[in-house]
Amino acid sequence: MRAMVYRGPYKVRVEEKDRPGIEHPNDAIVRVQLAAICGSDLHLYHGMMPDTRVGMTFGHEFIGVVEEVGSSVERLQVGDRVMVPANIYCGSCFYCTRGLYSNCHNVNANATAVGALYGYSHTAGGYDGGQAEYVRVPFADVGPTVIPDWMDDEDAVLLTDATATGYFGAQLGDIAEGDTVVVFGAGPVGLFAAKSAWFMGAGRVIVIDHLDYRLEKARTFAHAETYNFTEYDDIVVHLKRITDWFGADVAIDAAGAEADGNFIQHVTGTKLKLQGGSPVALNWAIDSVRKGATISVMGAYGPIFSAVKFGDAMNKGLTLRMNQAPMKRQWPRLFEHIQAGHLKPSDIVTHRIPLEHIADGYHLFSAKLDNCIKPLVVVGD
Amino acid sequence: MPYTANKPEPATREQLQARIPGWGVDLDPSDRPSVPREHFDPNGTGAHWEFPERQPEHEPRERSIEHKFLTPVFGTSVPLRGVSGAIRRYAYRYSEARAAHWLLLLAGDRVNAWEAHLGSIAKGRPDNPITETGVRTELRHGLIARVGRKRADVNHQWIDPIVVAGPWVLAGVGAVAAVRALRRRGR
Ligand SMILES: NC(=O)c1ccc[n+]([C@@H]2O[C@H](COP(=O)([O-])OP(=O)(O)OC[C@H]3O[C@@H](n4cnc5c(N)ncnc54)[C@H](O)[C@@H]3O)[C@@H](O)[C@H]2O)c1
Ligand SMILES: [Zn+2]
Ligand SMILES: [Zn+2]
Repeated sequence: MRAMVYRGPYKVRVEEKDRPGIEHPNDAIVRVQLAAICGSDLHLYHGMMPDTRVGMTFGHEFIGVVEEVGSSVERLQVGDRVMVPANIYCGSCFYCTRGLYSNCHNVNANATAVGALYGYSHTAGGYDGGQAEYVRVPFADVGPTVIPDWMDDEDAVLLTDATATGYFGAQLGDIAEGDTVVVFGAGPVGLFAAKSAWFMGAGRVIVIDHLDYRLEKARTFAHAETYNFTEYDDIVVHLKRITDWFGADVAIDAAGAEADGNFIQHVTGTKLKLQGGSPVALNWAIDSVRKGATISVMGAYGPIFSAVKFGDAMNKGLTLRMNQAPMKRQWPRLFEHIQAGHLKPSDIVTHRIPLEHIADGYHLFSAKLDNCIKPLVVVGD
Repeated sequence: MPYTANKPEPATREQLQARIPGWGVDLDPSDRPSVPREHFDPNGTGAHWEFPERQPEHEPRERSIEHKFLTPVFGTSVPLRGVSGAIRRYAYRYSEARAAHWLLLLAGDRVNAWEAHLGSIAKGRPDNPITETGVRTELRHGLIARVGRKRADVNHQWIDPIVVAGPWVLAGVGAVAAVRALRRRGR
């Protein structure tokens, strides 16, 4: 089969690879039709995630057709069209039975701190991902869901991560009616978080980034008030100034490990790998919110220590909430929002790249060229 | 102002509803799917086992020493091989709490990339730095995306080509120097 393969930092190619087979009775093999590249994939692509092995296929956002099922699979049949949540999880461990699907304890042999995701290094379990013609889907009775007839494929593929993560991020903010919410990062996760903040009753939603074309999307898609942080000497002070010197009630970090805005943090975090990531946006969140605020961290960070301003967080009595999103837990309610017309995930898609050209897609998305916000990967014909 | 008791009044419900589709549909926290965080529902996941059947382990597989045993299901993407495999296997002697674990894994990753590049030459399918990095997209989009924009990332993007090509240039220079030294000794 054809599959995207990692060749080392900043290098990927499409190769001929063996088709995956059933390895466990509850596995399914899915023939992928549509996949996507996520901001998280960029951390792997840049060589930041420890134990990212050459030869791995990335991709944790994908939909497709069930091609084969293992002997214990009860809920799926060959031919079903399914959306597969980014998390791999067993459905039966202590965490899964409490809804913490992204923290499953039965699927990641390589790390106990990290759950399992498709195509996300061995630190996240060592599973190949969906930027390929076929993918092994463990626990076929637990994760995959048949795509409802009314749903568009592009909406379905975004629900497998980006949309669900943004929505989850807004929930971790514990937003109360009238709250001012500031979102750092106008990528897919930030856009969906900003949009979702209104569902939870925000009175004001502010989005911060340095890419004007993304801030424009934040205004049109997420109805947000936006600021380009490069235009301000100190974005923290600016945020105080525009909130009557309070700061926001809730902040959402949707930038993550590769945040810009501080050269030293960025270079030590992403180029030299001396930190688990560059916590520039997180530190801005900590310093800019009001005392007693809640910060929801959706941006991903590596497992090594990062230079986070913990003292300020402590002195201000902040609540920090965070997790990898449990995607499927968000679906029933998100399906309702899509059907009601409150939300159209595919509005943020900018590129549809054939699998054979995926290396170009990675560079476009990574270097933020051609006004790229969300690139999809077209696998089927 | 925080110097006195009250905050500025936010926009009214009516104003917000008129402007924002779906405003307030999840106002009630009990409508939010991840609230409360832990919600015990063992029958709601689709799992029909108490503990999953064990996936056969065809070759011994590394695992975190913070796990009691090998998890019943695991990934089989790229088994440990070669020098990078040895480094990574050694890394798994340390728990996730230890910097040694992660730094050794990162070292293994760098070695792995070298193994792969040299191996690709030996196998007759050399890595192509032009197609694999996607830099061709720079020709059409590179300038427009950067010139005259207030982007914060341009101040470090120049480092990327050094990260990608630097080690090759250094290795090339080293190889030339080595060949010269050998020739000189042969003379
Ligand atoms: N928690 C989860 O389950 C989960 C799921 C998906 C993605 N993520 C993480 O969320 C993050 C965002 O993902 P994405 O797909 O939207 O990626 P993305 O790269 O498209 O978006 C990141 C955005 O942050 C902006 N940014 C950089 N520095 C900033 C700063 N200091 N302040 C404000 N904005 C800044 C960038 O310009 C960019 O627009 C990544 O770290 C990703 O790994 C987490
Ligand atoms: Zn993701
Ligand atoms: Zn589990």
